[in-house]
Amino acid sequence: MKGYISLLRLRFMLLLQYRIAAFAGVCTQLLFGFVRVMVFIAFYQSTSKVQPISYEGTITYIWLSQALLGLLPWNGDSELQTMIRTGNVAYELCRPVDIYNLWFSRAVAQRTAPTLLRAIPIFIVALLLLPGKYAMGYPHSCTSFLAWIISMFGALLLSCAITNIFNIVTLWTVAGDGITRLLPAVIILFSGMIVPLPLFPQWMQGILKYLPFSGIVDIPARFYSGHIQPSQIVSLFFIQIIWTILLILMGKWLLSRKMKLIVVQGG
Amino acid sequence: MMNGIKLYFKYVSVSIQSQMQYRASFIMLTLSQFIVTFADFLGIWILFDRFGTLKQWSMAEVALFYGIVHIAFAISEGFARGFDTFSKQVKTGDFDRILLRPRSTVLQVLGLEFQLMRLGRLTQGLVVLLWAVNNLAIHWTMVKLTLILAAILGGACLFSGIFVLQATLCFWSVESLELVNMVTYGGVETAQYPLSIYSSWFRKFFIFVIPLACINYFPAMGILEKTDPLNSPIWIHYGSPLAGLIFLLLSLQVWKFGVTHYRSTGS
Amino acid sequence: MSQIIVENLMKTFKVAKRKPGLWNAVQGLVHREYNTVHALEGISFKLEEGELVGYIGPNGAGKSTTVKILSGILVPDSGRCEVMGKVPWKQRIDHVKNIGVVFGQRSQLWWDLPVEDSFQLLRDIYNIPHQNYKSTRDELIEILNISTLLDVPVRQLSLGQRMKCELAASLLHTPPLLFLDEPTIGLDAVSKLAVRDFIKKINKERGVTVILTTHDMDDIEALCSRVVVIGRGKILSDGTIEELRNHVSKERKLTVHMDMPIDNFSIPGARVVELEGQQISLAFNPEYISPAILISNLYEKYPVKDLFIENTPIEEIIAKLYGELRI
Repeated sequence: MKGYISLLRLRFMLLLQYRIAAFAGVCTQLLFGFVRVMVFIAFYQSTSKVQPISYEGTITYIWLSQALLGLLPWNGDSELQTMIRTGNVAYELCRPVDIYNLWFSRAVAQRTAPTLLRAIPIFIVALLLLPGKYAMGYPHSCTSFLAWIISMFGALLLSCAITNIFNIVTLWTVAGDGITRLLPAVIILFSGMIVPLPLFPQWMQGILKYLPFSGIVDIPARFYSGHIQPSQIVSLFFIQIIWTILLILMGKWLLSRKMKLIVVQGG
Repeated sequence: MMNGIKLYFKYVSVSIQSQMQYRASFIMLTLSQFIVTFADFLGIWILFDRFGTLKQWSMAEVALFYGIVHIAFAISEGFARGFDTFSKQVKTGDFDRILLRPRSTVLQVLGLEFQLMRLGRLTQGLVVLLWAVNNLAIHWTMVKLTLILAAILGGACLFSGIFVLQATLCFWSVESLELVNMVTYGGVETAQYPLSIYSSWFRKFFIFVIPLACINYFPAMGILEKTDPLNSPIWIHYGSPLAGLIFLLLSLQVWKFGVTHYRSTGS
Repeated sequence: MSQIIVENLMKTFKVAKRKPGLWNAVQGLVHREYNTVHALEGISFKLEEGELVGYIGPNGAGKSTTVKILSGILVPDSGRCEVMGKVPWKQRIDHVKNIGVVFGQRSQLWWDLPVEDSFQLLRDIYNIPHQNYKSTRDELIEILNISTLLDVPVRQLSLGQRMKCELAASLLHTPPLLFLDEPTIGLDAVSKLAVRDFIKKINKERGVTVILTTHDMDDIEALCSRVVVIGRGKILSDGTIEELRNHVSKERKLTVHMDMPIDNFSIPGARVVELEGQQISLAFNPEYISPAILISNLYEKYPVKDLFIENTPIEEIIAKLYGELRI
């Protein structure tokens, strides 16, 4: 027990070392959220047409996406990627451990730790401290809240599967570089980070729903606000899981192909 | 003075040579810069498709604001990169070497790096700007052409001034950098929309403290010859880009003070 | 007038205290405490043109602080300092035009570029007239034997090769004064000798004043006619190596190899430092007993196979000096 406590203390001390960086990160996100909220207020005030998502729904959506930004899989594990580029990864690949699972668990840590750290202050500010017009709403209902939790879990798995794809493609120098640089823009746009997905043109809605990226930010946020009925949780969670499994299988397959090459060439 | 400029161009060619060594990567980097920054504009497009107008602003007008601020930022990102990454110089003690050379510190820090890849952001900003100009019924005169150029250059001065201030902070603490990102990236996020849509106290910050409005909003008023919803006098529309230059000059004075502090307290 | 005049330089630093433990880290968020470090407590010396001076001292003694002040990077709290008639930190740009600095551990060359490109960039930075640049550069390349390295990017050079290029780079603008900080650190034997040769040459043949800061005592013994020792912010000794030696201890070391192991060894006039099987180290003071007498006594009393005399190594002298001041 003492061991765990001292580990916890160490973690906190490490976080305190980078206190200014962490604080600044939260402030940046609060600012971005605030600017986006103001822009959307202006847009909503410009028209009397009914929109696919209500004003309150949009504001909540924006704050949720800022709070949970840590989950967005726009990059891989930079430590791993450096290891791969310098060649040190050869040591890891020779071990009798399942590399995919090892890297997946690293991705879980990479996504959850900073998310928790940033989400809490942002939730506090957006939910409790902001005046009504700018504030984040509370969950639509208890069932909505539960659906949100389940959907968040699905989002985490999906995010880690995508993160691992980033890690694995780094093994291919040129293609890896290309994907690492070009995919993030696609992910950011189609996850709803820039504009909530319901506000995209009508003809795109079908595609967006079935792309894996909507499952990371968009779907959970809309469960929270009640925009999606809690009853939909089964089918939408199912989509998240299907994509997660597909991406895990793809990742494992890519990894085993590369491993075979390495073994054949003798590392 | 001439000599200093010649030397700066030599630095730039050296920096480009360095970057060109990794040619494939450079093309990829520039392309990804283009795509990532263009995603912002796609977001705006989608929103206008939904909402039609932003208060009394049309999409082409917003595109004018967007183009000016992105081009200005891209120019300063490319030129002032040395200041942006200055914390590295202080940490490794390389700044001492700069002090040992018989040239101004500003010239040498500027010469550290000239980032070609920022052409990515610059190109997409230019594309948007040209599209805006094409779709707006502007009666172009020499004065207006000068004004738009002045706005862009004034903006580049303003952002470069912010980078200089960010670098000066490093003389006191290498940690506080992220806070400045709020003003640069947050500033771009804010200024790509017309300032009149934001609430009063927010506007005041970006008029009087970080005068983004002076290099983007007010000149646009002059170009569009629109009545400013904020009721600003006409002379501001034409004279305000100067604020960017003044900001830069003030920042350089603060830099000098920072260097003096560094030289009395050691590293 | 002396080329370098240093009078009563003082410098203190404030270093933030970092106390261990979680509670102190939290406290550190709000309230910072500082330690005062007295780096220089009134140092004074004069240097003439063309001298080759060793500037030595334990870590933290104030060596790099002094060099930083002399080169104009750092401003002292009080005291007088003039280099070639100028105050270094007051006229930074004018001053640094006339000095060259080589840091053993940090490079002044551009990492990704061929050496020649770095040289040309330096030529432009220092505004060296084309003719001067060409002749100086050609000479330096020849003396240091680096013509084959000019096309090689700096990051691909070995340490020895890089150091030779650094030395060339620091002299392209023909400064009359050169600061060398650990120039031979990490170098192999051949490179070390080459660097030492070069330093000797530019000092003797071109009259470049050299201030050498180093921990390598072989460098000092090979190059320096004068040694300044600094400890805890104060000058402990300033003079020739002989004077330094005599200042601390006049003793010499005599190592004797016997034909067979000896127990119960003793000889008047000398004390035993080390006794191991057939090898005995003795220390003696030539003022009390002449080496000739000591040696003949030894040969009379013991089966001496071989022996040799040496001066106390500088390391021991310095260590004694620090020890005396409890550093």
